[in-house]
Amino acid sequence: MSNWVEVCATDEIDEEDVIRFDHAGRTFAVYRSPDDEFFATDGLCTHEKIHLAEGLVMDDIIECPKHNGRFSYKTGEAKGAPVCVDLKTYPVKVEGGSVFIAVA
Amino acid sequence: MSHIVIIGAGECGARAAFALRERNFDGQITLVGAEEHLPYERPPLSKEALLNGLEPKLVSDAARYADAGIEVLTGRTVESIDRAGKTARLSDGQMLSYDRLLLTTGARPRPFPGLSGRNHRIRTLRTHGDAIAIRAGVQPGAHLAIIGGGFIGLELAATARKLGAKVTLVEGLPRILSRGVPAELSAVIAARHKAEGVEILCGVAIQQLSEGPDHARILTEDGRTIAADLIVVGIGAVPNVELARDAGLVIDNGIAVDAHLRTSDPDIFAAGDCCSFPLPHYGGRRVRLEAWRNAQDQGTLAAANLLGAEETVSAVPWFWSDQYDLTLQIAGIADGATQAVWRHVTEGAFILFHLDIDGRLIAASGIGPGNAVARDIRLAERMIAARLRPDPVALASPGTKLKTLLVA
Ligand SMILES: Cc1cc2nc3c(=O)[nH]c(=O)nc-3n(C[C@H](O)[C@H](O)[C@H](O)COP(=O)(O)OP(=O)(O)OC[C@H]3O[C@@H](n4cnc5c(N)ncnc54)[C@H](O)[C@@H]3O)c2cc1C
Ligand code: FES
Repeated sequence: MSNWVEVCATDEIDEEDVIRFDHAGRTFAVYRSPDDEFFATDGLCTHEKIHLAEGLVMDDIIECPKHNGRFSYKTGEAKGAPVCVDLKTYPVKVEGGSVFIAVA
Repeated sequence: MSHIVIIGAGECGARAAFALRERNFDGQITLVGAEEHLPYERPPLSKEALLNGLEPKLVSDAARYADAGIEVLTGRTVESIDRAGKTARLSDGQMLSYDRLLLTTGARPRPFPGLSGRNHRIRTLRTHGDAIAIRAGVQPGAHLAIIGGGFIGLELAATARKLGAKVTLVEGLPRILSRGVPAELSAVIAARHKAEGVEILCGVAIQQLSEGPDHARILTEDGRTIAADLIVVGIGAVPNVELARDAGLVIDNGIAVDAHLRTSDPDIFAAGDCCSFPLPHYGGRRVRLEAWRNAQDQGTLAAANLLGAEETVSAVPWFWSDQYDLTLQIAGIADGATQAVWRHVTEGAFILFHLDIDGRLIAASGIGPGNAVARDIRLAERMIAARLRPDPVALASPGTKLKTLLVA
């Protein structure tokens, strides 16, 4: 059962950028890709639990701000050292100008 | 090719071993390391490991080596290499024959001149064992004296303050972090340490270190005596080159390698803290880096070239340090810069962009709380790699997104 939660208005995330979203004691990173799609992952890097929202988004990659660990934010896949554990991803939908994620 | 032997089971050797498998090498891989542990990360040793846990933070757990078919021989030193016979002799008497060899022997702390014998109250910090021994001496109220205002000494000072020790740091030069860090950043760090109660003595030359049953002592050249419960010497590191030198390889401030990380023997490569290599973007000048990401990048590159890829070193040097809630990040090498451009990032966070005579960005140094400068430093790194000449006015204006300069 999906539990959709509103994150923000679509224009609150720049293209090719990421924001932090906290909900019910959990923290997420929500992305807008260069081709204007939205994605969501767990907020914390799987290397040392650093928040990814201060990281750099380039194409479909989020780079952790701490030690440059790289993930695909579309699939959550860890792209190599120092990160070897994938990020969990969450479904996203856009409705009425707002971004929603299914936090399950 | 059937057997690749990697000597030195640190960050770089471990990365190289996995990278060989990622490149579909299906021969035998043996990783030999002098330390008892599987490869672990050193950066936490002066930071959170000293505060929190005493278990080393492994680069990968044992299962992943087993899954990848990487044989790790810990607690064993390679004592000699016979290049003609293509064998390596281990401290337990074992002989390994290799088709290709990778040296990732790292570096060790530079010893304090004239200090000899085994000391309990005068130590250095490189290994997990060192961290445990230092941790035992850094108790609330204990007095820790640190020799050297480099990164390891300063990080240790910050950690020791959190643990409630009294800390005195002695630096011979007029300021801390004079190697590779602009004065503006080291001033921020020095001020923070003072505010946290660390006593920093700059421009103080040391005549002698000595230890007795309950104290260690620093005798300064101007005649002062500083007594401490523990002294940690952090005056830099020297590359572990002896094995390579004895095997007749060319040494030049580290094991000398070319842009492919190949030594003077075509079947032997070297990577990480132990090697010196020609740095692109900087006229190919020969450098040796002591940095965590470099160890990983070069491990990956060496693996490719061990398998015949002929890729060249292309990464821009990058380094970070954590002290209290401050993080410093430096991309590139600022020597040779003729102009520095200051960019305000957020409260308490700024970046200096270093440009050369042609206006080319050659380095960026940033400091701030948490990860405030991380994103812009990473963009600067890309600009350096692309050899861009960004407009200094745009760099200085906080309203300009650096990403827009990258595409320009
Ligand atoms: C306390 C501390 C904090 C640090 N913090 C940071 C930081 O914040 N940021 C950063 O960028 N970098 C940091 N570094 C630097 C970073 O850890 C090193 O650059 C990195 O460890 C280099 O990896 P390496 O594999 O090349 O060498 P090493 O990690 O030194 O590993 C080499 C290994 O080879 C073994 N060896 C040597 N000779 C032999 C032999 N003949 N036979 C078998 N084994 C051998 C050694 O015992 C060692 O285990 C820090 C280092 C230390 C010590
Ligand atoms: S915390 Fe993300 S790469 Fe280390």
